[in-house]
Amino acid sequence: MKADLSLLRRRDALRYFSLPVVSAVSGVGSLSATAAQAQVQALAKMPRIVSVSGATTEIVYALGAEKQLVGTDTTSLYPAAALQTPKVGYMRQLSAEGLLSLKPDAVIGTTEAGPHVVMDQIRNAGVKVELVEADHSWAEVQRKVAAVGRATARVAQAAALQAKLDAQWAEVLATVARRGGRKPRAIFVLSHSGSPQVAGEKTAAHAMLNYAGLDNALISTGSANFAGYRAMTPEAVVTAAPDVIVTTTQGVEAVGGVEKFWQRPGLELTPAYKRRALVALDALYLIGFGPRLPQAVAELHQAGMKAIA
Amino acid sequence: MKIVQHGDHRRLPAALVLGAGVLLLALSFVAGSARGAYAISPLQLWNVLLDMLGGSAQPTPEHLVFMNIRLPRLLLGVAAGAALGMSGALMQGLFRNPLADPGLIGVSSGAALAAGMTIVLGSLWFPDMPRTLGSWTLVAAAFAGSLLVTMLVYVLSQQDGVTRVGMMLLAGVAINALAGAGLGYLTFLATDEQLRNIQFWLLGSLGGARWSAVALVCSVVAVAVGAGLALAKPLNAIALGEAQAALLGVPVERIKRFAVLLTALAVGAVTATTGIIGFIGLVAPHCVRLVAGPDHRTVLPGSALLGAALVLAADSVARTMVKPAELPLGVLTAFVGVPFFLLLLRHFRSRL
Repeated sequence: MKADLSLLRRRDALRYFSLPVVSAVSGVGSLSATAAQAQVQALAKMPRIVSVSGATTEIVYALGAEKQLVGTDTTSLYPAAALQTPKVGYMRQLSAEGLLSLKPDAVIGTTEAGPHVVMDQIRNAGVKVELVEADHSWAEVQRKVAAVGRATARVAQAAALQAKLDAQWAEVLATVARRGGRKPRAIFVLSHSGSPQVAGEKTAAHAMLNYAGLDNALISTGSANFAGYRAMTPEAVVTAAPDVIVTTTQGVEAVGGVEKFWQRPGLELTPAYKRRALVALDALYLIGFGPRLPQAVAELHQAGMKAIA
Repeated sequence: MKIVQHGDHRRLPAALVLGAGVLLLALSFVAGSARGAYAISPLQLWNVLLDMLGGSAQPTPEHLVFMNIRLPRLLLGVAAGAALGMSGALMQGLFRNPLADPGLIGVSSGAALAAGMTIVLGSLWFPDMPRTLGSWTLVAAAFAGSLLVTMLVYVLSQQDGVTRVGMMLLAGVAINALAGAGLGYLTFLATDEQLRNIQFWLLGSLGGARWSAVALVCSVVAVAVGAGLALAKPLNAIALGEAQAALLGVPVERIKRFAVLLTALAVGAVTATTGIIGFIGLVAPHCVRLVAGPDHRTVLPGSALLGAALVLAADSVARTMVKPAELPLGVLTAFVGVPFFLLLLRHFRSRL
């Protein structure tokens, strides 16, 4: 009994003790009054990072902070070097002890990371957890860059990267806006596993189509608008009459190539089929909402325009 | 294979079997304490233990990891294994059927269906629920689901105030199929991420072990296992047939109700916290019976001990094999349990 009580007391004590200890290490970021000062401190001890989302991992590399990256999740597939880092598993099914064994000062990712209990355990062990809300907007990318900057104690570099990305973004949006006339009708097909699904509202893919100046044909013709992903039915696809099909390279590979992809029922009755207008882009690049978002939007826009040219 | 009737020749003495069970559990607990993705040397572990008893000042990271992550997980593993093992023995004894396991009366499928509903429909139907209950939403729903479905199976098996065990078996199969179909429909409705969540839940994990949940589950399981052991003698009598047991003065109806209730509580609480951990409830009782014979005074505590040891062993592998990631526990319980079971089968086949 006595042991039980002291055990409970200890746990409360642990929580209080652990916080100052760790914030002394990872608090470097908040202290960066000047970049030079940060640099000096950074040389002494840069915070160790585990990134549990493909986009934040890309940003870590874009900031040149890869030496601080001690682990990534299985969705971190780009750049190729990220594949060589220790893998902490799938971002929704993380292991507290496994993650802590990498002795990180901070964990960064999106709010999709979990389970919640595990994230709490990691926090209670004194590790800073930065989770960025995913709402499929440019602000999401900005939040990710800022979060990675704070976590890696590279706030100045993050601001510089953000300025560069903002400029690219403005340019891409201007390009898309300049193009008048009819918007190409598009559908996004997700088919990583057996049954293909199509994207409705409130999905990263829907947001991409909009940014790239394409019309999500399922939503504009839809008798009932829908959010999220839905099973792709041949008749709905024919009704939507898309000019272009957007999908992921992984999806095309999964069915065994472009030829096989077009054989999916319904696709051959679409305007897109006549010109074989298929845009297949890497999943992380296309719907990851990382630092390559401006390029991805520009590429998707051009491909869409070509389909109705 | 059939359960050998009580009074048949016994194999190993009960004391020896139970002693071995305790030893096996202790070994897997110590091994589980020392192994993990986070390297904690035996010396550090010793220091943590001293700290725990003495209460010294500054906690080390090893201390934090052990006390907040590994220890609650080990205890949850013990509770889960003990609950599944003993409930399996209760069910096999009650149904007098070697294929019975706790899942048969709908405990697991009820929890799974409720968990699936929470994951897929929860935010749709009750947008405020996650905010009021937090991460307890899923646990509470799964527990309620397991109790409700078990109750349904139990009610369906009533006839003229008597629980028909054969009816219960068939009703259990039918309701399980229904719950499976419901879950199938939910996976159809689910988004990609919800589907992932359901899948992981169905494979089970001890990763959600936090002290609050562990304390709750451990107390429920401790009470259930303690009460379950008292059913040993009546179950021995029921092994002779319900009519004979009644003639011997065993309150058969009450025993049946009690066994179902204990299983629903213990396995319901465990499954709600960990997701579905398969195989332990089926195999642990058989292993004990193979070595010790069919006396429930040995089989019930033995199954609890062996179940706990098997879950701990499986979880040790789950935690360390692909570190720093983690394998689903449900996969490992089969990988660890099946070879163990087959080995015993081969060794004792002459006595089947």
